[in-house]
Amino acid sequence: MCGICGCGEGPVHLDEQEHTHEHEHAHDHEHDHIHSHAAVHAHAPGLSQVRMVQIEQSILAKNNQYAHEKRRFFSDHGLLVLNLVSSPGSGKTTLLTETILRLKDDIGIAVIEGDQQTARDAERILATGVQALQINTGKGCHLDAHRVGHALEKLQLQDHSVLFIENVGNLVCPSAFDLGEAHKVVVLSVTEGEDKPIKYPDMFHAADLMILNKIDLLPHLDFNVEECIQYAKQVNPRIKILSLSAKTGEGMDNWVQWLKAELQLQLIAYA
Amino acid sequence: MHEMSLCESILQTLEQQAGGQAYQKVRTVWLEIGALAGVEIEALRFSFDVVMEGSLAEGAKLEIIQVPGQAWCLPCGVNVPVEQLYDPCPHCGSHQLQVNGGDQMLIKELEVE
Repeated sequence: MCGICGCGEGPVHLDEQEHTHEHEHAHDHEHDHIHSHAAVHAHAPGLSQVRMVQIEQSILAKNNQYAHEKRRFFSDHGLLVLNLVSSPGSGKTTLLTETILRLKDDIGIAVIEGDQQTARDAERILATGVQALQINTGKGCHLDAHRVGHALEKLQLQDHSVLFIENVGNLVCPSAFDLGEAHKVVVLSVTEGEDKPIKYPDMFHAADLMILNKIDLLPHLDFNVEECIQYAKQVNPRIKILSLSAKTGEGMDNWVQWLKAELQLQLIAYA
Repeated sequence: MHEMSLCESILQTLEQQAGGQAYQKVRTVWLEIGALAGVEIEALRFSFDVVMEGSLAEGAKLEIIQVPGQAWCLPCGVNVPVEQLYDPCPHCGSHQLQVNGGDQMLIKELEVE
């Protein structure tokens, strides 16, 4: 037990571990005692200042504020920003490299890569000749608007271009964090099972577009496309779905058209 | 896993408010968490104690007000209760639902000194 939580790592180990432990605990109690004494003093008549404070603020208020600022910045510069989310291994990076090859001559593109460790994905993107920046979240399971903000400082984004933010591979946590993107795009590969949308409803609910990737593998799998689409619409009736294979290129034209159309929409200045 | 980040955000707010609201210690934190907010309450409780350690809210009590999920059913034109995002309307069975309640995660109030 002590080996796991590290609490036994003291001056004495092994044989006397339990003993040491008890002593340590006794010590803790003494400390508690002192604390409670202090508390009693704080509660002496006339000194008690315990009171209620109303906050009524979202836990994510800070992230949402950063995201709001970024969204305004993106909008001012006609940038289309897409937050790509999925489980690890859905083919996000391959989808990106294939997309970039099709678009980079016409459209400015930059990529922010989020992973727990390594710069491998950013290197794959850089190899296509566009700007890419890797954010390593370390132990973190998602990107937040603050980190993305700092990444933006290091990128030279040209007006009216596309910024892809490839989030950490995780179908849970990134759903809650607004990065200021125009859309969350959830990528689901057919090797994953058609019931992912109802197993991870938060993400499919938060996304505007779902990409069903690796459809070239369908003949080898029992994946039921209709059922998958039905599940996704069940969680999010407004979600749009594109089927494609980044590897063979099937369906990529649809996706490229969608991107171009969305980029055009960023030029509209709403009142 | 993001419950840890949520607790770090809570701590940031507690620290930010300490100056303006003139408190040195937080004794209780009331949160309002919707059933559709994607927050695992037990993970939140665990992370809360860990994150608050050594801060102005060390040892603070965490009170959670759970709010049921609610959505607007487009075909029925009424609000209906939902427990999951993939639930159908309990009246007509439709999935044309727009969540309009129970997706919040709020810091409601604090007991401070």
